[in-house]
Amino acid sequence: MSTDHQGGTELAARGDDQRFENPGLPPHRHRLADTDPKAAKIAERQVALLFGLSVLGSIIFVVAYLTLDLDGTFGALFRSNLGLGIGLGLALFAIGIGAVHWAKTLMPDTERVEYRHPMRGSDADRAAAADILRLGAEESGLGRRALIRNSLIGAAALAPLPAVLLLGDLGPLPQDKLTKTLWARGVRLVRDPAGTPIRAADVTIGSMFHVMPEGIQEAENPLEEKAKAAVMLIRMPQERVAQRADREGWDVDGIYAYSKICTHVGCPVALYEQQTHHLLCPCHQSTFDAADYCKVIFGPAKRPLPQLPITVDDEGYLVAQSDFTEPVGPSFWERG
Amino acid sequence: MKALAARRRHPLATVVLLLLGLLVTGAAYAAVAPDKATASTGASADDVQAGRDLFLANCATCHGLQAQGTRNGPTLIGVGAAAVDFQVGTGRMPLQKTDVQAPARGPGEFSEEEIAQLAAYVASLAPGPAVPDDETVQPLDDPERISEGYELFRTNCAMCHNVVGAGGALTRGKSAPNLMEVEPKHIYEAMSTGPQSMPVFNDANITPEQKQSIISYLKQVEEQPSPGGWALGSLGPVTEGLFVWVGALGLLIAIAVWLGAKSS
Repeated sequence: MSTDHQGGTELAARGDDQRFENPGLPPHRHRLADTDPKAAKIAERQVALLFGLSVLGSIIFVVAYLTLDLDGTFGALFRSNLGLGIGLGLALFAIGIGAVHWAKTLMPDTERVEYRHPMRGSDADRAAAADILRLGAEESGLGRRALIRNSLIGAAALAPLPAVLLLGDLGPLPQDKLTKTLWARGVRLVRDPAGTPIRAADVTIGSMFHVMPEGIQEAENPLEEKAKAAVMLIRMPQERVAQRADREGWDVDGIYAYSKICTHVGCPVALYEQQTHHLLCPCHQSTFDAADYCKVIFGPAKRPLPQLPITVDDEGYLVAQSDFTEPVGPSFWERG
Repeated sequence: MKALAARRRHPLATVVLLLLGLLVTGAAYAAVAPDKATASTGASADDVQAGRDLFLANCATCHGLQAQGTRNGPTLIGVGAAAVDFQVGTGRMPLQKTDVQAPARGPGEFSEEEIAQLAAYVASLAPGPAVPDDETVQPLDDPERISEGYELFRTNCAMCHNVVGAGGALTRGKSAPNLMEVEPKHIYEAMSTGPQSMPVFNDANITPEQKQSIISYLKQVEEQPSPGGWALGSLGPVTEGLFVWVGALGLLIAIAVWLGAKSS
């Protein structure tokens, strides 16, 4: 430590000897407009031209606003937007670059030095400020009048209460909304958007069905339910699918149902490649392997897509065995 | 009638009745059965033979002498005439080079007739989706059908092909093609056969009428003007982002450089 310190002072001492000399400002270089009146005249005209363009832009805007009728067609909207945009853009842009051009070519550009003044106030000012504070404290009598002091403390303590109540309105807590969907034992898988049930035989190898739970239109908030319950149905040759003991019986002869909601941030994953069995999320390129229980094979997603256990009912239609066994969609705090 | 009644106890009467019953049932079934199981496409034996010759000369290297498939190409048994008409008709087959996917090269070296013969041969191997007739794939002007087509397209197709059919990227260099200017017949065949990466949308999933609605929607989109100005390929954030990053930010940088430059 002490050697370090010594080394430091040594360096500083050497630095003092070879102090860097302030080279000062470079010599002033005159602009063309400073020396040649003709160039100054040209620059003046250029600035005037730019301001004139701005006038033209304003006129274009007013004319476009008054003459271009919006008759409800896209074409009219397009023309109106174009006229207003070009007019307003020219009016503002030309005035701006005109002013900059004026400042750069004609206004004085000689370098001046302005030294920084000290930030600290004078001793007299500082003493006066301290006096004001002390006097204020004395005059308010906070030390003497305990009633006022205590009631002020009470008021300040209770003032945040309304805010706490208002924050409470951010709730209620989602309860089981994040973990439960409309799927339940015996709920039929129906086509989206037609709402017709699906026979197992209809799902041929290589097929993909976009599926909703039956009766979703009667739900209280169909769109919110859809955002959780959307399912993809795909059929793969069984020999291509990895087998897992804990998922046995969740499929119907190679027909697998997976949640369509990406486990990254909840986009619909639906870009299915039937040869590679890859499922791609278009938002951030998370890729899931449908032949291996939707394991993540690329991208930012962390969890596989949840599988919906399905079976066939008495009439041959595909039905769910239960709800998803884990929450669908992106991770959230309480999920762990 | 009397003569018929007199013969009803003839020893052969049961046989005749049975045959009659079978004939009626068969004819009725043929009349109402879905066409997805039909193997023949009305092609003659000559067409099948000509198709086989074309197949042996052009396709058998990869797909095998019996179309059974090899390590280099999948089996064509059961893919149906529609798959052949799509793959050869859009110039994807014969494959130009091994790559992540076969690009559409427009009508290739085969004539309509030759494609039909190839399709007839492949269709004769096993039942598969048939080439749809012109009426089935005719785009309609009916707003309700177009709207239905849009809903179906949005749910089933838009994630890969983009909501206005402009196409999009898949994994590892593969891509979903642009659907503009594609023949209605080929759109239909792609849905029913699921070429390359595309899943199959069979008639049980999307009925022929619904497929026609989807075609109607795509053709409607094709005709629509772009009210927002330059559509930049309708690819959304990809091209728009590129345009803004290169064009708009480039302009801002140029202005910043001009602001900082000393006047001459």
